[in-house]
Formats: sequence, C-alpha cells, structure tokens
Amino acid sequence: MDISNYLYLSVMLFTIGALGVLIRRNAIVIFMCIELMLNASNLALVTFSRIHGNLDGQVASFFTMVVAACEVVVGLAIIVTIYRSRRSASVDDASLLKN
Amino acid sequence: MLTTPSLDYNLLAPILIVLGGALLGVFVEGFVGRAYRARIQIIIALVTTATAFCWVISIHNLVSQTAAVDSVSIDGGGLFMQGAILALAFVALLFFTQDDHFAPQASALPGSQEEAAAVLAGVQMTEIYPLVLFAISGMLLFPVAHDLITLFVALEVLSIPLYIITGLARRRRLLSQEAALKYFLLGAYSSAFFLFGGALLYGFSGSLSLAMIRNAAAVPGANHIFLLLGIVLMSVGLLFKVGAVPFHSWTPDVYQGAPTAVTGFMAACTKVAAFGAMFRIFIVGFAAVQNDWRPVFVAISIVTMAGGAIAAISQRDVKRTLAYSSITHAGFLMAGIIALSKAGLTSMMFYLVAYGFATIGAFGIVTLVRDSTGEVNDLNRWAGLAKKSPGVATAFALFLLSFGGIPLTAGFIAKFSIFTAAYASGNIAIVVVGVLSSAIALFFYLRVILIMFFKEPTDDTVTVAIPSFLVTTGITICFVITLVLGVYPNLLFNLANTMTTLVP
Repeated sequence: MDISNYLYLSVMLFTIGALGVLIRRNAIVIFMCIELMLNASNLALVTFSRIHGNLDGQVASFFTMVVAACEVVVGLAIIVTIYRSRRSASVDDASLLKN
Repeated sequence: MLTTPSLDYNLLAPILIVLGGALLGVFVEGFVGRAYRARIQIIIALVTTATAFCWVISIHNLVSQTAAVDSVSIDGGGLFMQGAILALAFVALLFFTQDDHFAPQASALPGSQEEAAAVLAGVQMTEIYPLVLFAISGMLLFPVAHDLITLFVALEVLSIPLYIITGLARRRRLLSQEAALKYFLLGAYSSAFFLFGGALLYGFSGSLSLAMIRNAAAVPGANHIFLLLGIVLMSVGLLFKVGAVPFHSWTPDVYQGAPTAVTGFMAACTKVAAFGAMFRIFIVGFAAVQNDWRPVFVAISIVTMAGGAIAAISQRDVKRTLAYSSITHAGFLMAGIIALSKAGLTSMMFYLVAYGFATIGAFGIVTLVRDSTGEVNDLNRWAGLAKKSPGVATAFALFLLSFGGIPLTAGFIAKFSIFTAAYASGNIAIVVVGVLSSAIALFFYLRVILIMFFKEPTDDTVTVAIPSFLVTTGITICFVITLVLGVYPNLLFNLANTMTTLVP
C-alpha cells in the first residue's frame, strides 16, 4: 500500500480535530478534539519516520504521548473544577469575561 | 556499540538548578508542616532563581556551542534571554509573597463551607512556588532549544503550570477558573498546531534539528510545500504564545482572570521566552525562505500594533488595559524579528528587558489598590490615587510612560532602537504604523495618569495597601531599572550588543 495514504489520513484527522474545537461546545469534547490533533501529528511523525528511514520521528511521537498525558491530567482537573462550580461544562456558559 | 551521550552539565546548570528547586519544593509540600511551608517555599524559589542567574552570568562569555547532543544551543542570544527571564522571574516572585493572592484551597467550591473553613484556618496554597519554578525551567529551555522535540517539550513545560496557576485567584474565583479554562483550551489548541507544523518540517527535512532544516531549505529547487506549511502551522503556536493579533483573544481574558502577581510574571517572562525561541527558529531555521514568511510577519506586526492600541482605548479595567498594551508591545517586538539582523536582535533583547520590568512593576502596583473585597481594577475608581499615595501613583505613571515610549524612560530607547533596526532593514511601513500606534497608545496611558493625578478622589472605600518589605523591594527594583535604562541605556545595550551570537 502506498505510504502517503497515512499522511492523508493524518491530515484528515487533524482537520476533523481542528474543526471540532471550533464547532463543539462541550469542554470535554473540545479537549478530545485537541487530543485527536495531537495523535494526528503522531501519525504524521511516524509516517515521515518510515519515509525517511530514520527513527527521529518515532522518538518524537513518544514525547508527544507523554506531553499529551500531562495535558490530560491538568486539563481534566481544570474542566472538573469548572463543572463543580457551575454544573456545566459548556464553553458558552463560561462567559463572565467580556469586553 | 552505544556511546554515552554527554550532557555538559555546566552549560545546562541554570535549567537544572531551577528544576531541582522545583522538585525540592514538591518535597517540602509533602514533608514540612503547614506552618513553615510558605516561608521555606519562598526562600527556595528566590534562592534557586538567584543562583541560576549567577550561573548564567558566569558562563555568559563562553564560546557558542551546543549541549545535550545538539538539542540545546548555548550562545549569546540564548544566555541573554535566560538571564532576562531569571531576573524578571526573581522580581515577579517578590509579588507572589503577599499571602492573599491565591485561593486557600483551589479544590473547594467557591463560596462553600470548605472554603470558608480554609480561610479561617489560614491555609495557604504554597504549591504555587514549585509550579512557578517548573514554568521558569520551561521558559529557560524554550529560547535555547535547538531541535523540534526540545522546543515542543519546553513549550509544554512552560505552559502547563501556567494553566494551573491562572485558575487559583483568591477573589472572583469563577472568573479565574474561567480564565484558566480559556487559556488551557486555546493553549492546547495552539500547541497542537505547533506540533503538526513540527511534524511537517520533519517530513520536509528528515531531521528534527533546526540546523538540518535550514540546510534542507537552502537546497535550490527543492519542493518547499511541506516547509512552508510547517512554518505556517508552527507560527500559529508561537504567535499565540506572544499574543499577536489573530491569536490574541485569550490575552485580555486570561490577564484579567489570573491572580495579578501571576499576570505580571506571565506577561513578562513568557514573552521573553517566546520571542527568544521565535527569533532562533526563524533566523536559524527559516532564514533561507525569508521572502516567503517576512511579508506575512510584516502584516501581522502591523495589525497587532494597531489593533492592540485601538482596542485599549475603550477599556475600563486596568488589567485589561495592560493586556491590550502588551498586545501592542508584541507587535513592536515582532519588528525586531522582521529586521532579521544583529541590530534587530539587540534591540529586541533591550526591549524585552525594558518592557518586562515595567510590566511586572505595573501589575505589582495593581495588587496594592484595594477596597474591602479585594483589588479594585475599575479605572474610574482609581480617581485621585495620587492624593492617597503619591509614591505608588508616581511609580505607576513612570511605568505607563515607559510603555508609551517617553524619553528618559527605558521604553523610549527600546522603541527607538527597534524602529531603527526595522528601518535599516527596509521595512518602512512598520515604522510608520509603529509610530502612529505609539501615539494612540500614549493617549490611553496619559488618560490613566490624568485619572490618577488630576481627578478628585470620588471613592473613599478605595485605599492603597501598605506593601510588605519584599513587595516594596520589587516595585523599587522595577522603578530604578526603568529609569536607569532610560538615562544610561548603554549599561544594557553594550551587553546586548556583545551577546548576539547564535549557534547556526
């Protein structure tokens, strides 16, 4: 199979994630879309690693996974705090800060 | 046969010292009784930043070289940024020591009994200090990172602790939590763009190192589509961090919602780190295709300068005003990158230091103006502040004049030199728009001064808190540096001139 198909897939996943962040309103779903973007980057890194025949991209994808895990910990903590004080995880309800 | 990679601890020491201090702080949280924690944490934080700063000074004359298997470049430009970050962070930490900035217990619901009990028991969130130290270590790594993995990891190490401490304000906690959510979601979103851009650059060059990307970009006739897409996506991440205009919408909200001491730290130090990294990436990595990205940067710089200045005029809130002013400054600073020259780097370094100290000082003063419920951020209630506390009002006026670029303040020299560099590189449009937006910006700085000095006090509930010794020291340092750099700019300028080397 042509290896560039993996690149197309990764670009599609990234686009779905990027659009999802803009369209969806629930903080958790937005957060999942961001994770999707990070994983799409991982797929691109690994594919390029295969194309170039060196391991740099694969190593980079491990770093991305660790960083994504850290982000989950902090992100969910923030979202849960907001949910506890407002009983809602919708980003439209978080609108105290306005011009 | 594997060879052990050498790490050059001497060169990495500033970063490692700060990381060590942060880990020590985590241990203190676990093992030291609540009554002593705050004092010990403050001492650890101040001592580590001061030690790391001294270490940076001791190695600042070394020949440019890479460390940690070419992933970190220790050179004049990088070390200057590290020194600036540490000096600014040290002063910013002095303002953290006021014990009423942070929520006593961040996990307690706002307005709940648990929160009231924690306030009554005098509980303090001393976890702030290790978190700030972690953020500083990321900031130290960001401007010296020489490959894409290191850049990404440094970006996240500096951002993630900031997301947390943004949400820890003691008063107006809903606002603060909301700011944390916005900062986190948008910050993670922009990091994802940064990462995908990095992946495309790797696809283009087959290497994560900036030097190899530059070599691949310099090959004539190469297909540049991945390179250009990578530059665009990576710029999104970087421009978000500095708060340039299409990606600035988080800045006012986060600056307003975060605890004011954190805002000062964030506004000054993040900007130094992000501009340091941006300069290195674009000069070392992407200089070969400068004709492709420079016009876009010119446009963004112009929009940022003008947009920030115009939006600031209608603000009623001190912290939001300062936030929009920081957006304007991001536009001015981008002129230093667009200049693409040694003069551009020198003036950008000077600008970052001048802007950083004035910003930290200004936000430090915002923490002092209070009524019975906490800080007063409404500008109209600042009327007649000079009658209540002439010293504080004078210091704030000086910082604002420095933001505006009035002669005899550091801001004037900074603006003058950065516009000179931009002019020398042939970007006259930036200079024209820059001077015009300076004039607009000056209008609202002068309005604040007018409110403080020439209006009668209307609100007796607003008072100026008596600052503690550390806070007074912090404001004094910022005041003196802003004034001295305005009168004797060569003290710093000569140093910046000798520290423009960048590892290719």
